[in-house]
Amino acid sequence: MKPILEVKSMTMDFGGLRAIDSVDLSIDKGQIVALIGPNGAGKTTFFNCITGIYTPTAGDIYISSNGAADGKNERINGLKPNVVTRKGLARTFQNIRLFTSMTVLENVMIGCHAITKAGIMGAIFRGASTKSEEKLIVEKSYLILEKIGLSKYVDELAVNLPYGAQRRLEIARALATDPFLLLLDEPAAGMNPQETMELDELILKIRNSEGISILLIEHDMKLVMSLSEKIYVVDYGKKIAEGTPEEIRHNPVVIKAYLGEEVAS
Amino acid sequence: MTAKQELKKSIIASVWFMFLTFPIMVIKVNTVTHTIDWRWHNMALVGIGSFFLSMLWRYLLKKKEEGGKKDKKAGLSFIQRLLQEKQFALPGILIITLITILFPHIFSMYQTNIMTSALIFVVLGLGLNIVIGLAGLLVLGYAAFFAVGAYSYALLNLHYGVGFWIALPIGGILAALFGILLGYPVLRLRGDYLAIVTLGFGEIIRLVLENWNEFSFGPSGIKNIPKPGFFGIEMSMQTTTIYVFYIVVLLVVFTIFVINRLKNSRIGRAWVALKDDEIASQAMGIDKAKTKLRAFALGATWAGMAGVVFAAKTTFINPASFTLWESVIILCTVVLGGMGSIAGVIAGALLLILLPEYMRDFGEFRMITFGAVLILMMIFRPGGMIEDVRKTYKFEK
Repeated sequence: MKPILEVKSMTMDFGGLRAIDSVDLSIDKGQIVALIGPNGAGKTTFFNCITGIYTPTAGDIYISSNGAADGKNERINGLKPNVVTRKGLARTFQNIRLFTSMTVLENVMIGCHAITKAGIMGAIFRGASTKSEEKLIVEKSYLILEKIGLSKYVDELAVNLPYGAQRRLEIARALATDPFLLLLDEPAAGMNPQETMELDELILKIRNSEGISILLIEHDMKLVMSLSEKIYVVDYGKKIAEGTPEEIRHNPVVIKAYLGEEVAS
Repeated sequence: MTAKQELKKSIIASVWFMFLTFPIMVIKVNTVTHTIDWRWHNMALVGIGSFFLSMLWRYLLKKKEEGGKKDKKAGLSFIQRLLQEKQFALPGILIITLITILFPHIFSMYQTNIMTSALIFVVLGLGLNIVIGLAGLLVLGYAAFFAVGAYSYALLNLHYGVGFWIALPIGGILAALFGILLGYPVLRLRGDYLAIVTLGFGEIIRLVLENWNEFSFGPSGIKNIPKPGFFGIEMSMQTTTIYVFYIVVLLVVFTIFVINRLKNSRIGRAWVALKDDEIASQAMGIDKAKTKLRAFALGATWAGMAGVVFAAKTTFINPASFTLWESVIILCTVVLGGMGSIAGVIAGALLLILLPEYMRDFGEFRMITFGAVLILMMIFRPGGMIEDVRKTYKFEK
């Protein structure tokens, strides 16, 4: 079986600053992978490179077409963000970026943008195909919200939602794009322990019921250790370790990066 | 705040105003006798007036703050709730239809003419509403597209004898092309930067029309533009006025229909998403360039068509009709009426065009009142007269 996402020695420079220094990473179908590291290690930059917000300076990013384990290799560096989303990679943001003037349902409906087609003429004449398409995405968005547990907020404006619900709505919106890989940028940031526990269940549910692979940036080590099957650790843009949660927990290099060196007494 | 503090603030305000207005309200130079009249009683009046106005001002602000804390449903204004009630929809439409049909027959030709101009601005407002209200692109040179429409009819008619009904879609399409022409280089710009570039664009179009004599006949403009024909039937002055009025009404209805459909469509949602957050909407698969260009093109189309109608109505156009001032007025109708809200923009356009027209008796005070109304609106109802309410969707299992 070949990986659905493979990053090969990717490098990203901002002027003289090397934010990511030839990092490799691969994700198999249905795997939950975590990317951890101290603040400023380059985790979010890594996400931005994969999703097309930045074009990496060097290296390759390959996906397997349609996320199939036997799909064709496609190189996605330098594609525009909306094209990357259409290929099946959806993301959430570290600082919540919802469409604040729209309702919760509309936020999810926007996620269906990539998989629908209606144009200007379709909108004006509202023919049979447009109508059925609209009905379909309303239905689909409802079902997603139900699954995420936000169905009671459907007609609320997104901005009026409680913080934890806003984070979940970001996930719901990303799911509406029909991804095979979900990239979550600190989904538990600012959540209380109860909400984090619910998030843990939600992520597992998404993976188990749809077979969506997940790449996760997170600082909550309890969540990372309980969820992920493989962990990558980066520091100053370099990959310093990779392995199972158990291996990472005892890796001296990781402990050093997080806690500093022990002074010999 | 305690009552004592309130009083203190109002007293400070009134003293400040007395000081500010001292040179113009108190001192009067008598040029005949070369003496100065000290009109102290004016100072007292200014003091008392500004004291009470400042009290009123603070009372209203306080009330507004308390109002903001109320829950969302109650926050909807009377008009918004009326618009949402389905049972009032049909009678409402019937009454409005009846009034518009009878309007030119009840009122004089002068009134009908004013109403026609106001309705042209309704179309312009609704068109700009696509660009600003929905897609959030602050365009300050919108009158340029209006000019493109008007000149395309005038010139096509002059050189090739093209009639009104053929020029109408051509004007719209040409304006749309100009919209794309302007939109393409400014795709990366947002907010104030975009406003400045579009302002420049509007001025370029106006200056070209003003100076390229061979093409557009310069400041003297183009005259004798034919009024719209009706199967070649000769019409009297009065009938033509009524006819043009009905054409504009139809154009307004058509605009409302199309924009209402666009607003709650896949494209419309993409516009609003792009306005709220560009990066997130791209991450949702929205093509930024394509979506923005569509907004520019569609917004300009309405301005183009309004321009053709405008040229046909006035039968004479020159660059003075398409200055920055027109762009600003159209922008005001959108902002004052309510960004993104169709009913709001219609109300805003009618108010902003009709009010100054009927306030001609007030002479110089007209523009001051106009400005004051704008400022007060922005403080007390920043969302506009009739705020936009997002559509909710029903779902049956």
